[in-house]
Amino acid sequence: MLQKLKNGIVDSQIFKSVFRHGYPDNDLDRAYAIFSNVFLHVHPVKVRRSALRMRYTFCLGGITLLLFIILAVTGIWLMFYYTPYTGLAYRNIKDLQFVIFGGNLMRDLHRFAAHGMVLFVWLHMTRVFLTGAYKAPREFNWIVGVVLLVNTLVLSWTGYLLPWDQLAYWAVTVGAKMASYTPFIGQNGPWGPQLGFLPTNDIMFMLLGGTVVGQNALIRFYVLHCVVLPLVVTVFLAVHFWRIRKDGFSGPL
Amino acid sequence: MDEKVTREIFPRDSRKSYGLVELMKKTAPIVRKEPEDTVYVWPNLLMIEIICAILVTVGLMVLIQFEHAPLRSLADPSTTPNPMRAPWYFLGLQELLVYFDPWYAGVVLPGMIILGLMLFPYLDVNPKGVGYYTYSERKFAVFNYSFGFAIWWITIIIGTYLRGLDWQWYWPWSNHLEHMNPALVTLIPLHLIFVNWFHVSEGVGKLFTDVIFIGYFALGTLIPMVVWKPMYKAMGLWRYLTFSFFFLSMMGVALKIILRLLFNIKYVLVTPWINI
Repeated sequence: MLQKLKNGIVDSQIFKSVFRHGYPDNDLDRAYAIFSNVFLHVHPVKVRRSALRMRYTFCLGGITLLLFIILAVTGIWLMFYYTPYTGLAYRNIKDLQFVIFGGNLMRDLHRFAAHGMVLFVWLHMTRVFLTGAYKAPREFNWIVGVVLLVNTLVLSWTGYLLPWDQLAYWAVTVGAKMASYTPFIGQNGPWGPQLGFLPTNDIMFMLLGGTVVGQNALIRFYVLHCVVLPLVVTVFLAVHFWRIRKDGFSGPL
Repeated sequence: MDEKVTREIFPRDSRKSYGLVELMKKTAPIVRKEPEDTVYVWPNLLMIEIICAILVTVGLMVLIQFEHAPLRSLADPSTTPNPMRAPWYFLGLQELLVYFDPWYAGVVLPGMIILGLMLFPYLDVNPKGVGYYTYSERKFAVFNYSFGFAIWWITIIIGTYLRGLDWQWYWPWSNHLEHMNPALVTLIPLHLIFVNWFHVSEGVGKLFTDVIFIGYFALGTLIPMVVWKPMYKAMGLWRYLTFSFFFLSMMGVALKIILRLLFNIKYVLVTPWINI
């Protein structure tokens, strides 16, 4: 009965139009399942048996990707309830906490997946370092990885402002003040004032869209956090995965 | 090596003039290895990935039953929380503000960390230790990485647990509600110590510190060049100089932390433009 149902589905025109191969219970279809699928074809069709050992990668990079996907999904969900306006942002978060169904769940998931992503990026980097996987011919992918690490940190930091509470406001104020100490292009940095950089035209002003953290800073951080940086991360992730396949895997894969 | 091939792996077909051969990017040919040494990603690897994803998701769901995303009171530009802590992954940098001026701790040093990390594959010329965990074959590289991250994590731990009001040093058993008297600690630049010791003018004291600062980088670069000649030869001049600069800067951060915490040294180098 079940077999018949399965065959009915697998042989149907709809299934065939979507997957273009049979159910992957034989080697040919198993190969098709990987390389005719846009998502699965990041994998090779076959890997060495030893690659199934967990003690080499510990799945750290994969976990980082998973957390990024969780962050994208919960983040988009949160965007439905959030207004990047100083008069509303904090109340939106309060609504998420006390009014909206699933609001706490999504916010907590987003927050802790973010912490987790920072942690797992670092663990993944440590693994890559300890196995010498950054050495030739994989040097460039290590650079891409460092770019992704920095992007992860900046994503976390820009997201920090959005709840518009005391924690957010002062963490970003302190961080932005740092920018004003940038040599040459910061109002407080060495050689900054000498080169004509003032509170109204230096790097901190550019970052915040003003001299203090206010509405302009909120909208900037919002756009960076929800659009620009996730896009940048996605592009670099694509390069990162592509290069793993092109440069070859370092370990027993 | 001379083990007998008991079974032909790729039996030759007498009707065909060609055999099954594979070219690989390796320094040695893989002989007597069957293609069956590999397994299909579906379902073998995919199953591992799915199980891993489920475990992480479940772990996350369990975690948020106990911990919740924080939300303090509404942002208020007129009230500064004390102490003001950055998110944990930036606490290391925030803690470094104790030891360095903001232009260095907040801008130049993070920039150097990022650049140094990116350059690592180009500075590490040791071809050994790819694809497996090893410490003995690449002790120095592992030391460098671990040292850098030790500073990173130690400063995070200090920033999280040992800093209190006004970013002063609080032990876990100190009274965290009471302000420390900042007058208890007097910070002085290094050159004033020389002024006091040798009864020289401030200008001469500064000259001492200039010499020490430049000497640290110069000798730190030159001595290993002579002592570990093979390492220098393997790296070449520019690679070595780049590495030396980053290495000595990293060690310098650790030294400065020690000087500041144990001897209350505020600056080791004072110039009209920048202080370090």
